[in-house]
Amino acid sequence: MALEIDRVTKRFGAFPAVQSVSLIVAPGEFLALLGPSGSGKTTLLRVVGGLDVPEEGQLRFDAQDMTLTPARERRVGFVFQNYALFRHMTVAQNIAFGLDVRPSSTRPPAREIKRRVQALLARMQLEDMGARYPSQLSGGQRQRVALARALAIEPRILLLDEPFGALDAKVRKGLRQWLRTLHDEMKLTTIMVTHDQEEALALADRVAIMNAGRIEQVGTARELRETPATPFVRDFLDDTPSHAQGSGI
Amino acid sequence: MTASPPRKEFHPPTRESFATRVVLVSVAVLYISLFLFTPLIAVFTEGFRNGVDAFLNAIVEKDALAAVKLTFIVAGIAVPLNSLFGLAAAWAIAKHDFKGKSLLITLIDLPFSVSPVISGLVYVLLFGAHGFLGPTLDALGIKIIFTTAGLVLATMFVTFPFVARELIPLMQEQGVSEEEAAISLGASGWQTFWNVTLPNVRWALLYGVLLCNARAMGEFGAVSVVSGHIRGLTNTMPLHVEILYNEYNFAAAFAVASLLALLALVTLVLKSALEWHYGEEIAASHRH
Ligand SMILES: Nc1ncnc2c1ncn2[C@@H]1O[C@H](COP(=O)(O)OP(=O)(O)OP(=O)(O)O)[C@@H](O)[C@H]1O
Ligand SMILES: [Mg+2]
Repeated sequence: MALEIDRVTKRFGAFPAVQSVSLIVAPGEFLALLGPSGSGKTTLLRVVGGLDVPEEGQLRFDAQDMTLTPARERRVGFVFQNYALFRHMTVAQNIAFGLDVRPSSTRPPAREIKRRVQALLARMQLEDMGARYPSQLSGGQRQRVALARALAIEPRILLLDEPFGALDAKVRKGLRQWLRTLHDEMKLTTIMVTHDQEEALALADRVAIMNAGRIEQVGTARELRETPATPFVRDFLDDTPSHAQGSGI
Repeated sequence: MTASPPRKEFHPPTRESFATRVVLVSVAVLYISLFLFTPLIAVFTEGFRNGVDAFLNAIVEKDALAAVKLTFIVAGIAVPLNSLFGLAAAWAIAKHDFKGKSLLITLIDLPFSVSPVISGLVYVLLFGAHGFLGPTLDALGIKIIFTTAGLVLATMFVTFPFVARELIPLMQEQGVSEEEAAISLGASGWQTFWNVTLPNVRWALLYGVLLCNARAMGEFGAVSVVSGHIRGLTNTMPLHVEILYNEYNFAAAFAVASLLALLALVTLVLKSALEWHYGEEIAASHRH
């Protein structure tokens, strides 16, 4: 699906968390949203997902205006920074939720739902975890359940808010490649928020650099490195954390 | 002064010496036995003083039965309504932002800070024959004071905070992220409430309902003012106990009182069971 964000502004009181941001994501693209803490990355994702309504600007899915469409009608797969798994539901129930709540006219039959949940569990390498509760999972497993739950509704676009934020560096690297493969095989359109520029540059087709509510530059890893558009982008990409530099090759 | 070389065994800084602990624990146990268990036992022994038959007779006596029935009717109306309103208020306060929220929180706590007798008097002032709304209601043929309706209203007022106060801190702690996840997965507001919000607080809700019920059945002050003490008609169990006692009918008074004590014991057991099994799910508030 093609996503167009057109001069979108979102304020909290007088404070503009997202300020006149424009961005186009092509169908099948994997875009990383990179920026310092508080730069408005989560807010931008929430606007796309319909959890926050922008004061200005327009949002289009495949050229169709979605600015005021309620979140529940957008079919956006949202993986939250803290996973937000339903704590009183099993893993299988979590994944089935988006299908279970559909009106009976569009809900797949129970057997079909079960089959899809099984397929997603297998895909996420969680075959034996279906009956567990979120509290009985490791961080990486929770992250994959949240992803499976979002994918179950066959989202038009997948929004990942720091999907690896709570995981250690080693697990992150393993999951990273796995996520990219998943994106390619399922032909998803994905926006991923991250703090970690090495991750963003290694994984995404293009990277958008955010600062203080604005997008400073969008481009491939190479474009950003070779022709930074603003001093901020240059400085931001310059001070790569040492651990990332060492392992980036 | 601190950390002199020949150290004794490790001593956690918050741990008192053995002797201090023994003394403190003994004092606590003694105090509890004196002020809680002794009266409880006294209630039952007094109730059974004239034998089991006398006890049973006192309970199946016409007015006593009417009082038991009325207590169940009043609690049966007040508790479900308060559970519903309490749940709605907690949901609004914990999951949403709106103007006047802190005022609402203050109002919810009001019944706890006002003496129940005053609450009852306010109802008389409002709905009584000489009250503000009295003549209007009279013209409409509606009677509130000295009727079951008045008892229900007074009980509802006094017991309103229990469910809401139990739920608000827990719901606030849980935040709205699961609700947001549900909505972005396509759930409607109602589906979200029913499948996500409510199950996450079910045990705390039950806990609040339990406390609310115990208070509703045992409430004396507020209902005493609006009841008018009409035997067999507007007497709840606590009021009936008082009447019997004032008539020097001690055995009967204690027999009915032991029913109330039994209720308290059952509540206590259920409450402890809930705390034991689901402590974490109701943990946000243990202030009662
Ligand atoms: N509900 C809110 N009310 C008021 N201000 C908010 C709210 N949500 C976010 N903000 C503010 O908006 C700005 C952007 O927040 P946002 O969560 O989008 O940042 P972020 O880039 O996702 O940061 P992080 O990397 O730390 O997650 C911050 O300054 C934040 O304080
Ligand atoms: Mg964020």
